[in-house]
Amino acid sequence: MTSFAGWQMPLRYGSETAEHQAVRHAAGLFDLSHMGEITVTGAEAGRALDYALTGYLSAMAPGRARYTMICAADGGVLDDLVVYRLGEQEFLVIANAANTSVVFDELRSRASEFDAVVTDATDDYALIAVQGPAAAGILGGLTEIDLGAMKYYSGAAGSVAGFPVWVARTGYTGEDGFEVFARPADAVAIWDALVAAGTPAGLIPAGLAARDTLRLEAGMPLYGNELGPDLTPFEAGLGRVVKFDKAGDFVGRSALAVLAAAEPARRLVGLTIQSRRIPRHGYPVLADGVVCGTVTSGAPSPTLGQPIAMAYLNAGPGADDAVLAVDIRGEAVPAQLTDLPFYSRSR
Amino acid sequence: MSNPAELRYTAEHEWVSVEGTLASVGITEYAAQQLGDVVYVSLPAVGAAVTAGEPCGEVESVKSVSDLYSPVDGEVTETNTELEDDPSLVNAEPYGLGWIFRVRVAQDGNGDAALPTDLLSAAEYEELTKSAS
Repeated sequence: MTSFAGWQMPLRYGSETAEHQAVRHAAGLFDLSHMGEITVTGAEAGRALDYALTGYLSAMAPGRARYTMICAADGGVLDDLVVYRLGEQEFLVIANAANTSVVFDELRSRASEFDAVVTDATDDYALIAVQGPAAAGILGGLTEIDLGAMKYYSGAAGSVAGFPVWVARTGYTGEDGFEVFARPADAVAIWDALVAAGTPAGLIPAGLAARDTLRLEAGMPLYGNELGPDLTPFEAGLGRVVKFDKAGDFVGRSALAVLAAAEPARRLVGLTIQSRRIPRHGYPVLADGVVCGTVTSGAPSPTLGQPIAMAYLNAGPGADDAVLAVDIRGEAVPAQLTDLPFYSRSR
Repeated sequence: MSNPAELRYTAEHEWVSVEGTLASVGITEYAAQQLGDVVYVSLPAVGAAVTAGEPCGEVESVKSVSDLYSPVDGEVTETNTELEDDPSLVNAEPYGLGWIFRVRVAQDGNGDAALPTDLLSAAEYEELTKSAS
């Protein structure tokens, strides 16, 4: 167990490597109840989110989901979010646990001129994720929802193991999978039902450590590592989440427009390492022996069988042609520039 | 968790087994569980002089890297090269195949191994880990 944003979280249940492989090849079960849930409801809920976030949420159909960001006026990233449209006038915003209060305060303030109500509903939701190629089969036996018809980044209300839930085909692992939003009082029974249904298919519970290596292989950013108030969506390679074509102003628009037109000060890259030593958060990246950037996340990749890392490289000449290395506690370990993601599932 | 009674332990979570003046060293089951899956062990060099309480290698897991401390003074005579291919032995058998290095311990006036006085018994080590968790 570990302390995480005020929650007691399982770092691992057994071997994090076995948990990682279970998600890649069968299924893993995650307790993500720490994630922040904020509801935005009302006649102008969609317009309020268009103003508050970088995405074009009012254009999204009910039952769909979007990956988006909330930026400061200067374009810095306050959090990355998944937003579900539960109904015509009802949105569910999922924030990182450590950022929930910041996101809630900002949303409430930014929505104040709109006919919309912002509520921190974190304590109303438990969140259980079933991720992996076997996830649809396991969850499908416990719900009347037609999971086969559910598209990626879509969701539906229904029941799992007899309890009322919102189920979405979303996740943070690079695999097919589902996230089940349930009432906290029902969470243990749903968890137990999923374990019972999934164990024969190879499902095992998975902790935060496996979640981190899974998302890293999938090239997904983690707030606090690849994203933060001093970083922009463009530096993170996620400029696509900034929807300049939507109607009206939004917080950060003018600063983001300037940033979009310029070359980013740094760019997020993937690195692979021919060594057993692990490049970790904060380690310097060297180009021909000179510091040219910083590792943001690193781990041994169970899928690739070698250490991988994401890193920010400073803009400027050189990195593509230079001999790159990571300074691993004083030793310059050679590194290769790699396209992100490190892993994509076959579809 | 059971720590073998015949071993001695350190507050840095190493175990040491002494036969004559030869000491075998590894990390405890508690340490291996706290670290999670071990992916790399940086071994001391054979022939290197090691000092009790001083770092002489590293144990790297998925989530962290930790110094490996020598529990005794002496000279490294052998390292567990199996760990280069399979560092997970440290998790699977911390007191067996997951041993890390062996040291020829300096002798005292009687020709016995000169061991630090602050090594812990299994019971003392269990007290330490109980209060830590």
